[in-house]
Amino acid sequence: MLTEEEKREIEAHIEKLPRRSAACLEALSVVQKHRGWVSDQSLHELADFLDMTPHELDSVATFYNLVFRQPVGRHVILVCDSISCWVMGYEKLVGRLNQKLGIQWGETTPDERFTLLPMPCLGTCDHAPALMIGDDLHRDVKVEGLDEILERYE
Amino acid sequence: MEKPLTQHIDLSKGPLSLKEYEATGGYQAVRKALKEMEPKEVTEVVKNSNLKGRGGAGFNTGLKWSFVPMGEGAPKTKYLLANADEMEPGTFKDRLLLEGNPHLLLEGMILAAYAIQANESYIFLRWAYKTAHKALKKAIQEAYAAGYLGRNILGSGYSLEMHVHVSVGRYMCGEETGLLNALEGKRATPRAKPPFPQASGLFGKPTIVNNVETLCNVPFIVGRGAEWFKGLSLTDEGGTKIYGASGKVKRPGAWELPLGTPLRELIEEHAGGMMDGHRFRGALPGGASTDFLTEEHLDLPMDYNNVMKADSRLGTGTVIVLDDKTCPVGFVHNLERFFAQESCGWCTPCRDGLPWVAKTLQALEEGHGKPEDLEILSFHTTYLGPGNTYCALAPGAMEPLQSALKYFREDFERHIREGGCSYR
Ligand SMILES: Cc1cc2nc3c(=O)[nH]c(=O)nc-3n(C[C@H](O)[C@H](O)[C@H](O)COP(=O)(O)O)c2cc1C
Ligand code: SF4
Ligand code: FES
Repeated sequence: MLTEEEKREIEAHIEKLPRRSAACLEALSVVQKHRGWVSDQSLHELADFLDMTPHELDSVATFYNLVFRQPVGRHVILVCDSISCWVMGYEKLVGRLNQKLGIQWGETTPDERFTLLPMPCLGTCDHAPALMIGDDLHRDVKVEGLDEILERYE
Repeated sequence: MEKPLTQHIDLSKGPLSLKEYEATGGYQAVRKALKEMEPKEVTEVVKNSNLKGRGGAGFNTGLKWSFVPMGEGAPKTKYLLANADEMEPGTFKDRLLLEGNPHLLLEGMILAAYAIQANESYIFLRWAYKTAHKALKKAIQEAYAAGYLGRNILGSGYSLEMHVHVSVGRYMCGEETGLLNALEGKRATPRAKPPFPQASGLFGKPTIVNNVETLCNVPFIVGRGAEWFKGLSLTDEGGTKIYGASGKVKRPGAWELPLGTPLRELIEEHAGGMMDGHRFRGALPGGASTDFLTEEHLDLPMDYNNVMKADSRLGTGTVIVLDDKTCPVGFVHNLERFFAQESCGWCTPCRDGLPWVAKTLQALEEGHGKPEDLEILSFHTTYLGPGNTYCALAPGAMEPLQSALKYFREDFERHIREGGCSYR
């Protein structure tokens, strides 16, 4: 069941739009914010609430990079894998993350602390290589500085 | 040298507040337009200024607005959308404006919306821009409170609502009609044109989509006139441009300079030259989907027409530099992998062709390249070129590839001959 808070937040978006389904991307974000990811169960609940079929909603949900249809860890690490960060050596950062956390792209650490995902250009190419952890942007990241950054995330 | 867009921006101090923005002359253009100008006159001055869209395509902004149905018979609901998706790899110019001076965008949007008589507006913002999101939310609140947004703005009888939509991420959301679908809660696939969004866009209503930087120029054009704006550039195209440089240069960054600034000045002066031990080999002038320029183009004035004459495009104006220690094949492989991943899958040449291109480049990098691979790559540059696909993503993806095959052919051949990459 969608919580009252979730419903309220979603309705605030629906209000401005000519049809309920038009708010589905905002609605998916709301659910993901509260639950960490969008499970099949959540998808069905949301589809009902938005007057969509679950398949309709899933066809939208699976199109977008930042709607998580699988569980993720407490902190999602999004590493920019686009061109300026490639030139500036993002692959070394990923190598270090693979080794340190024992996970590859798309995987979550066994303690559910981190999920590692690639992300296209974060729009901060003058400070490459860059990555985001949750809402925080880290720029000019050096391999030697990675451990210290990770420690900030419990 | 005048820098209207960025002269008041100091990122270390955060965004300009409403008060600070007003102290720089902010919202005077809105006052002037709502009091003294007909909507048509706003469109006219922007058209005459020759302001070209800063989102990549370079279309005359006022001309685009003039296609929106106006007057008695026009639909009541119209939309003005600011494209703040900025997902073109290598591009970071709109971020500067959004984080530094959000009210400038708001003022540009109010003027654009007034010109086409739209009463609804959205800022389509990419998810990663958290700081910008905060700045925009605060600016919009302030603008409502001060009466620059909402019902009956400054007593003029004109009303405008403004919302922010935070994207959940996909390169195609930045494509004009993909953006419309995303805002309607659909997959961000493009729409067939015609009908053009100006006639039938968001929810079937007349809609204008403009880039953030484009809109930020409008308050100055309305305030100071078309002739003043034209005088800002070094060539005849008008205005300044936020250029940028990334890659192995000493001081990567973004700078507002007169439109038509040569590539050499950008790299040698503003970016501080190449990093020690690195030589300039080439550059994409405006994001991932533009053709390479090389040493022979260093003195080229970087405006829309001149860059086009060199078989490339100014695009977003943020230059990605290729140096002599970086493999051009690996460089292009990174780009094509991006395009393959971000293809929306709507049309076959792009959906099937881009992964083939990316895999072929990967094979070259890994040393399994065959002589016929170069033909396969060349074949794609025509097959995925303009006119063969539903939107501009695939033709854009072919631009760096076709020019790399022209300028760095020897590198491709060496990968095949030597069975791998000698840069690693
Ligand atoms: C795949 C693709 C992605 C695009 N992404 C953006 C973008 O992120 N921001 C943008 O302003 N324009 C983007 N564009 C260009 C838009 O389609 C459109 O031309 C532009 O927003 C119009 O604004 P302008 O006339 O002010 O430049 C993209 C185009 C394509 C084909
Ligand atoms: S060219 Fe690519 S991105 Fe554009 S419609 Fe076709 S498949 Fe989609
Ligand atoms: S390429 Fe990594 S931030 Fe732009």
